[in-house]
Amino acid sequence: MDHFINLTLSGLANGAIYAALALSLIIIYQATRVVNFAQPALALISAYVAYTVTGATGSYWLGFGSALVTGLVLGVLTERLLIRPVHNKSPLSAIVITLGVLLTLQGTAGMIWSNEPHSFGYALDYRGMFSPADAFAVGSVLLVAVLLLALYRWTPLGLRMRAAAFRPEVARMVGVRVGLMLTVGWGIASLVGALGGVLAAPPFLSPNVLDTAFVYGITAAVVGGLDNPFGAIFGGFLLGVSLSYVSSYAGPELVTLAALVILVLVLSVRPDGLFSRPQARKV
Amino acid sequence: MASSVKQRGAAPAPSAPPERGGIAARWAAMPLLARHLLGALAAFAAVVALTSMTDSLTDLRIASIGYYTLAVAGLGLLVGFSGQISLGHGAFMFIGAYTTALLVTNVPMVPLWLNLVITVVASCVAGVLVGAASARLHGPYLAGATLTLAVGLPAVALRFPEVLGGSNGLSFSTRGAPPALAGVIPDTRWQAWAVWLAVLLALVALATISKGRLGRQMRAIRDDESAAALAGIKVGRTKVVAFVISAGCGGLAGGLQAYLLGTATPSSFSVVLSLSLLAALILGGMGSLWGALWGALALVYFEVWGETLADALELESKVSNNLPIVLYGVILIAVVLAWPQGIQGALSRLRRRWQRR
Repeated sequence: MDHFINLTLSGLANGAIYAALALSLIIIYQATRVVNFAQPALALISAYVAYTVTGATGSYWLGFGSALVTGLVLGVLTERLLIRPVHNKSPLSAIVITLGVLLTLQGTAGMIWSNEPHSFGYALDYRGMFSPADAFAVGSVLLVAVLLLALYRWTPLGLRMRAAAFRPEVARMVGVRVGLMLTVGWGIASLVGALGGVLAAPPFLSPNVLDTAFVYGITAAVVGGLDNPFGAIFGGFLLGVSLSYVSSYAGPELVTLAALVILVLVLSVRPDGLFSRPQARKV
Repeated sequence: MASSVKQRGAAPAPSAPPERGGIAARWAAMPLLARHLLGALAAFAAVVALTSMTDSLTDLRIASIGYYTLAVAGLGLLVGFSGQISLGHGAFMFIGAYTTALLVTNVPMVPLWLNLVITVVASCVAGVLVGAASARLHGPYLAGATLTLAVGLPAVALRFPEVLGGSNGLSFSTRGAPPALAGVIPDTRWQAWAVWLAVLLALVALATISKGRLGRQMRAIRDDESAAALAGIKVGRTKVVAFVISAGCGGLAGGLQAYLLGTATPSSFSVVLSLSLLAALILGGMGSLWGALWGALALVYFEVWGETLADALELESKVSNNLPIVLYGVILIAVVLAWPQGIQGALSRLRRRWQRR
């Protein structure tokens, strides 16, 4: 029984990371209808900046903060410089641009910091059952989720962002700067992604370290339903806990297959994810 | 390479095409399949001519352009014609490569062509399973599901190491040129011919399908699913069929890769491969087999050029190791921003401008 509780708790810690990455994908998907494949690369560069800053100053928290800022800036730049020109064109163009950013940034990270893994620390003590580091991961992701909810529900900025995503034309007519709102959305999403990246990277940082976490992030987002932030968080924790059981009881090499099985099971029952409402379509 | 399907959303051709001679008219009057077969014959002659001038390393590269062309073209049928986005085509290449490898190692007396036919059948079966499971999914849901498939499937090789060889994969040796030609034609050149012959036959089938009734039905579904259903097209079935054809092409490409390299390892079918195939499709230009060729050329040669460039500049190893991937990414972004229709789209626009003059 102890073992089971242990697995659940460590699954929750991993699930928090998947939830953060899924949340980041969903914010962008809701705003611009693009699945952001560049997200692991943006988070990767943020984690490398954290590594450099922590190495230079000796303070984990300075590195942590600079990673979040880097994520924000990278997200804003990507949207403004690369995604905006293909907005309203084929959605495939935007997807391929994000793929290009992914390749370019992963290669750039390798060029600057080399492909060799660097040791990358945890926020707090990581030993023992549900260690402070695990608690920090779960807590920080839940805090971010609550802050995002508050932002979207109760602030004028959140209202404008929702309007810009929901009905861009109407929002523009009543004076919302739709383009700016999309940029802000990308910035916030990349910040959340950077948080996920800093939490997912330890103990070693290398250019491909976030790829698997990203795949679980996108799985969590799809399982939860791309139209619902709660779905992303629920999907992330569900996936984290289930994969933790599979890894221990059935073998770690089956984890990726288990993610596939969960995805297929959920989507065969609910093709739009667990938390999406079916939509009527007009012909 | 016989057909170049008209670009989606392209401007209409100039109203009065210049008067052509009797040959052109007779060409247009020929049945579709015959035209495609003649085109494939010409392409095969070109490959034979090209490989007889090159060294064995270039022969290998030409052969890999062949199977990548097929994989990208198959993906193009799925994405460009039926509008479904698959990020998991590496998974079908994985299935194809392992089927071929298992057949060669366990039943060595089976000839290569039969091997490849079985490979296509096996990957089509996989395509039926995946296609049927994902027929109800659309857009990013399908993309997510197929991406997870591409990540999850290579783990099968790690799970059954005694059959599938674990992380080292399966290696085997294939027969090269027949004994009569052994001294005349190097093995790699023979392999390049075999690969291209298989690729061209598959491309003929692909081109004939996409110009025919099934192709029209797929385009109708891509443009408006509900309207297509109202017009009597069986949406679900057509989508699954598109997935199966596309999976068959990917599987054959994987099988040819295994035949060419003599190995099948899980690490060569990573997510990056699946994503690169989609990127190559957009880079080359959707809706045309020529676009698939340009995409495959880019897949093979950007890496070569990146390495050459890194050698020429005498960069540090960490920079030179990553130069090809950065080059590919930057060119991908530049092409999508400059020519959203891909290289083939830009070329056909150039040609139209030239014809108008």
